[in-house]
Amino acid sequence: MGFVIRTKSIASGRKGPGILQPMKDIIRLWKKGSVLSTTTSFIFQIAPTVYITSVLMAILMIPYGKTSSFISFDGDFIMFAYMLALGKFLMIISALDTGNSFEGMGASREALFSMLVEPAFFIIMGSFALYTGHTSFISIFSTLHYGSYISYMLGCLATFVFVLIAMIENSRLPVDDPKTHLELTMVHEVMILDNSGFDLGLIMYTTNLKFSMYGAIISNFFIGMLPWGISIPLFLLIQIGFAITVGLIESFMARFRMSHNPQFIFILTSVSLLIFFGVLLVLGKFM
Amino acid sequence: MQLLIEIANILAIVAIVTILLLKSKGQGIIVAGIIVSQIILSSIVAILVFNHGAFEYSYSGSWITGSIPIRLDYLSAWFILIINFTFLTGTFYGIQYMKKYIDQVDNIMLHSIAFILTYTALIDICMVQNAIVLLIVWELMALGSFLLVTFEHYKTETLKAGINFLIQSHICILFLTFAFMWVKVKTGSFDFQAITTYTSTQPAITSVGLFLFFFCGFAIKAGFVPFHTWLPLAHPAAPAHISGIMSGVIIKIGIYGILRVLMLLKTNMVSIGYMILFISIITGLYGVMLAIIQHNLKKLLAYHSIENIGIIGIGIGLGCLGIGYNNQILIITGFGGALLHTLNHSLFKSLLFYCAGNVYQAKHTMNIDGLGGLLKSMPRSGFLFLIGALAICGLPPFNGFVSEFFIYNGLYKSLSTSNSVLLLFLLSSILGMVLIGGLALICFTKAFGIAFLGNPREISENDLIVESPLSYIPLYFTAFAIIFIGIFPFLLNPLLLKIVYLYQPSANHNSYMFQKTISTNITGIGWYSLLFIFIVGLFYYIRHIVCQQRKTDIDVTWACGYVGKTSKIQYTASSFIRGYRKLTEPFLLVKNNEADALGLYSSEIKHETQSGDKLENWLIDYPFSLVKRLLNRFVFLQNGNLQIYILYGFIFISFIILLPLIVDKIAFFVNFLNQL
Repeated sequence: MGFVIRTKSIASGRKGPGILQPMKDIIRLWKKGSVLSTTTSFIFQIAPTVYITSVLMAILMIPYGKTSSFISFDGDFIMFAYMLALGKFLMIISALDTGNSFEGMGASREALFSMLVEPAFFIIMGSFALYTGHTSFISIFSTLHYGSYISYMLGCLATFVFVLIAMIENSRLPVDDPKTHLELTMVHEVMILDNSGFDLGLIMYTTNLKFSMYGAIISNFFIGMLPWGISIPLFLLIQIGFAITVGLIESFMARFRMSHNPQFIFILTSVSLLIFFGVLLVLGKFM
Repeated sequence: MQLLIEIANILAIVAIVTILLLKSKGQGIIVAGIIVSQIILSSIVAILVFNHGAFEYSYSGSWITGSIPIRLDYLSAWFILIINFTFLTGTFYGIQYMKKYIDQVDNIMLHSIAFILTYTALIDICMVQNAIVLLIVWELMALGSFLLVTFEHYKTETLKAGINFLIQSHICILFLTFAFMWVKVKTGSFDFQAITTYTSTQPAITSVGLFLFFFCGFAIKAGFVPFHTWLPLAHPAAPAHISGIMSGVIIKIGIYGILRVLMLLKTNMVSIGYMILFISIITGLYGVMLAIIQHNLKKLLAYHSIENIGIIGIGIGLGCLGIGYNNQILIITGFGGALLHTLNHSLFKSLLFYCAGNVYQAKHTMNIDGLGGLLKSMPRSGFLFLIGALAICGLPPFNGFVSEFFIYNGLYKSLSTSNSVLLLFLLSSILGMVLIGGLALICFTKAFGIAFLGNPREISENDLIVESPLSYIPLYFTAFAIIFIGIFPFLLNPLLLKIVYLYQPSANHNSYMFQKTISTNITGIGWYSLLFIFIVGLFYYIRHIVCQQRKTDIDVTWACGYVGKTSKIQYTASSFIRGYRKLTEPFLLVKNNEADALGLYSSEIKHETQSGDKLENWLIDYPFSLVKRLLNRFVFLQNGNLQIYILYGFIFISFIILLPLIVDKIAFFVNFLNQL
């Protein structure tokens, strides 16, 4: 996360904060007291906890190269997506819990966008399942091999889609601007306006975790069967590369108009459909 | 076992007679007692079936019906258990719910009788395998549920919805009668096994045609699009426990019918599978798309039943394709997922309807935009509604996830098929399921968030918020079952497999292997869900400790420093879904009535949105208006003059009498011409 901010500041000609600054912010928040609204109920207090747990569970499902993840079974990516959805559900209703129309607005947008993003993820996983003949993260990633040029292209497309999914899910720039201070234009940030102290720290930490989680998935495309000695530096390199890419995209792109976001997200689904048919082509199943 | 079934049926008859003699106070207890004893009896039967295998005996019957076979297999037992559970909670919840109406003695009496009648009929439908008897029992069920729905018959809305329901139920019976008559005429038997013998000798096209009639009939009951139009009317009109039972069980009897007929048919399953899959995907998507724009809580839940029927249908369709292509994985996951989702849906949907009923009794409105902040005044209902909402969105660690996982797993596993048509259908089912999941998330964040969270939007003096802990026992019971299935789904696995085996007599090594993987997967889901709950608890505990050390202030919502004194500035349900509505406008029918501010001293500003059903408009209302216009041409016949009517009668009678004569003459004439 620090890399993203650093890249952004360098790109815009500033010196910028240190790489560990986001973590320092979070630790500072954890030390602070909090303010609870009179309108809110227990939902508001439990939501950040469920949010972080859901992301942690999702991270536990991601394998590392050929090493199996902590949680691994057939079709674990389905549970992965639904776990994230559970966290999102709780965050959305906790935003509605404050009874504040800004937060309602954010909640509404978050619900819509995440609904639109989900098909892309499922179709991509579907095309990988089709390609490798397996249906769990570990077996998909460990059997993923780059045989022909077309499959390289598919890998690139998949990476592209995953980067964009990560941008949307983490409410980064083309869809949402985490740095803006106009509530009308925000999605994720506006939902947590009323969280403070420890809870806000939890949410920020979770956002960072989620970001690196997508980085981990992307790096899994490339690690494959490589031995440890090469894969660990490669993993770190890809994570940093991912962060820098996101930072660059953010620096040089303007935020879309809210009403154009759905169209942008539809692109993802169509690209992932393209990948699916590409896989069909590779396997020669198209008649 | 025969004895147990007979006792259960005789109990119902005895109960109906005794209720007539009772005052309304004693009725609740009697109904509960009768239903509970019936439930115990039929559950024993069902469990015996699961332990000792299928069971059958037959009554000799009369010369009209032929012998009446009673057959109980795993499928019947599974549905009997589902019906029993929902009726158990429904009865006890209903007794609490009906306390409000204790003055309407006659009305309650009718209601109690109809309740017992419907329950008994439902159980019998699962057992009887004779066409005529089945139709009679089906009719009893339809009439019983009509009486249940129209409990508040003094309201025009309710009566309208009830009559709509009655008519559609009878169209359903018409289709079924036609299908059964077809088989009877061809084979001369009312026994269900005649369907098997008939279809195995016929070409595929005839059997598929026969299935279409069965499917149309059962689909009306189950609420597949475009036969769904009675659901959103009947559910809001009925009392809450009836809505819960209707959505949980009565529409499922349609699913039972489809599954039963599929078991009996011996024909080309591929085309049937594609057809069911296609209709189901549309049903699921259309149901949830309309659910989102509803602002009546019960109507929203009713549309969600349509969506869930779609998911069940996707499972059934996949199962049929599995049989057709001899794909063991699809058979197991398709039918298994469909059966499990039937159970799951009956659990969470009844829970949601019961909670909605509590809200209605407290606030006397079902309009979501008029509610708000209920979690504080009715914490129990709110909490239980949340569990139901999470479960219906298919989120772990609740039961909805397990059945959806079943279906997803089958879909992804079968992607390796080499058939491109099947592949396309699998892809579109994946897309459909994912979109349904995402849309359900929007829908239930809206329903729960707007109705139960924030500040109350409208407060009136009639609000009557009392939560007696006793009345929540059936609800907690259901919620417990939801979580239990979410965590220990593998306990149901053997039962599901037993039912699925009825569809695939020849199991091979491959399918045994797959059974093993699926049961380990399901076990895995259960344990990881438990782990998830554990971690949430742990984190919450840490947070609790940390927060106790820090200073915590209580203040009004910050809202960027804007503190309005009115709760009207909160986000409403309409604004929550505005983005969605704009996106899906072409598919929906949303009427906007706006009156802008005009003049110097502006007049009243109005903005009203109404949500309609586009498919209903196209497929039902429009053709009917055409028919009506045609029939209006003949309105001059109805002139109210008695003499003219007698003339009509005379003409009709003489026509009937003369008809054979005329036919004879024509025949003679034709013969004459031939001879020339």
